[in-house]
Amino acid sequence: MHVYCTDLDGKTHELQATDEWTVMEIIREGGIPILAQCGGSCACATCHVYVDPSWKSKLPEPSEEEVGMLDGAFEVTQDSRLACQITFNKDLDGLKISLAPGSV
Amino acid sequence: MTNPTEAVAAQSPVQTDVIIVGAGPVGLFAVFELGLGDMKCHLVDILDRPGGQCAELYPEKPIYDIPAVPVCTGTELTERLMEQIKPFHPTFHFGQMAEKLQKTAEGKWQLTTDRGTVLEAPVVVVAAGGGSFMPKKPPIKGIDDYEGTSVFYAVRKMEAFRGKNLVIAGGGDSALDWALNLQPLAKRITLIHRRDEFRAAPDSVSKMRALVAEGKMDLKIANLTSVSGADGQLASVTLVEEGKEPYQLPCDSMLAFYGLTMKLGPVATFGIGLHENLIPVDTSTFETNVPTIFAIGDINTYPGKMKLILSGFHEAALMAKKAFAIVHPDRRYRFQYTTSSSDLQHKLGVDAA
Repeated sequence: MHVYCTDLDGKTHELQATDEWTVMEIIREGGIPILAQCGGSCACATCHVYVDPSWKSKLPEPSEEEVGMLDGAFEVTQDSRLACQITFNKDLDGLKISLAPGSV
Repeated sequence: MTNPTEAVAAQSPVQTDVIIVGAGPVGLFAVFELGLGDMKCHLVDILDRPGGQCAELYPEKPIYDIPAVPVCTGTELTERLMEQIKPFHPTFHFGQMAEKLQKTAEGKWQLTTDRGTVLEAPVVVVAAGGGSFMPKKPPIKGIDDYEGTSVFYAVRKMEAFRGKNLVIAGGGDSALDWALNLQPLAKRITLIHRRDEFRAAPDSVSKMRALVAEGKMDLKIANLTSVSGADGQLASVTLVEEGKEPYQLPCDSMLAFYGLTMKLGPVATFGIGLHENLIPVDTSTFETNVPTIFAIGDINTYPGKMKLILSGFHEAALMAKKAFAIVHPDRRYRFQYTTSSSDLQHKLGVDAA
């Protein structure tokens, strides 16, 4: 299973994905630098990513806490999510995301 | 929120046994372990209160992996540590960044903060976690050119904004509080936030909305995408409202409040060996490659390191044993338990009267 992560230089990386891991952990494990300063507790907004629009409907809605935490991120769009709040599962095999400014 | 308002004039160095850089949970517990060994501590932290990440990132979030404490919040953990180290009367230098470290003629360490506090001690413990908390700066091209002249991340003097056409970006308490406080002074305030909801005290939000309704302040629900001006003087910012074309908003000052982020900061210039922004240590003492400088907690690295608060507590205990030998070279280290040692109990102020 894989997640496709596009970095700030526009390069896409195919990352090995593990069931029940968060997308932030998958990115980090894949060796792509991501700040994720709070370590995944939805407390800092430095793992801000854009989810490819074709995948958005497959993800559960963000919690109110996540939406609030995005206030501390930059260039937030309709596709913005915090990678630490997306839990990977087999239905997300092939998920495409891009790192957002401020997450590296 | 508010920043130090005035610089403290250079003063004669304060002498102590150990200087701890960082007052997070690990720096606080180090006071305890050092205190048992009769070592007096001064702590420097850029935040205005103890707790580090526990105070800044997750004050209300539960922590479940502190031994024997099934659950506590970041705030509670900090409060308990402060209670635990009370017998040792540590001195805190809050709202200050450890800026410069140098050796004195007597071979001690002299640490100077950005506010001019000068501390001297034979031992320095770096417990700086993920680094210094600093304001998040919008990743906008060229914004640095305006920093300190017309773009700010904190208010040092309110008067500086009198008569200004001021843009305030953000949706939390800092943005709201300053919008309200500066509204009477500024010529015009425009509050910019990405959504029409605010994570701030409800009272501040109602006051802000009232001012907007009365036409005394503007509110734009938009993203900030660029800045323009010349010679450090801001002339306008570009805003994008959802589904609309970008437009320019003329202004002459901007305050941006997007929260804090951690940066290693001046610790990188202390001359301590670094590996990927972490400090390698000897795991028997937690000393760095520079003798008498130690590193404990999230900031250090060694084979098998886990960034857990409990790891930092263990590291503090081993560090204190080596620090004892440096601070009290004439004394022999005595290993004792707080449960049974009347000596330790006396230091803790819990011995039978």
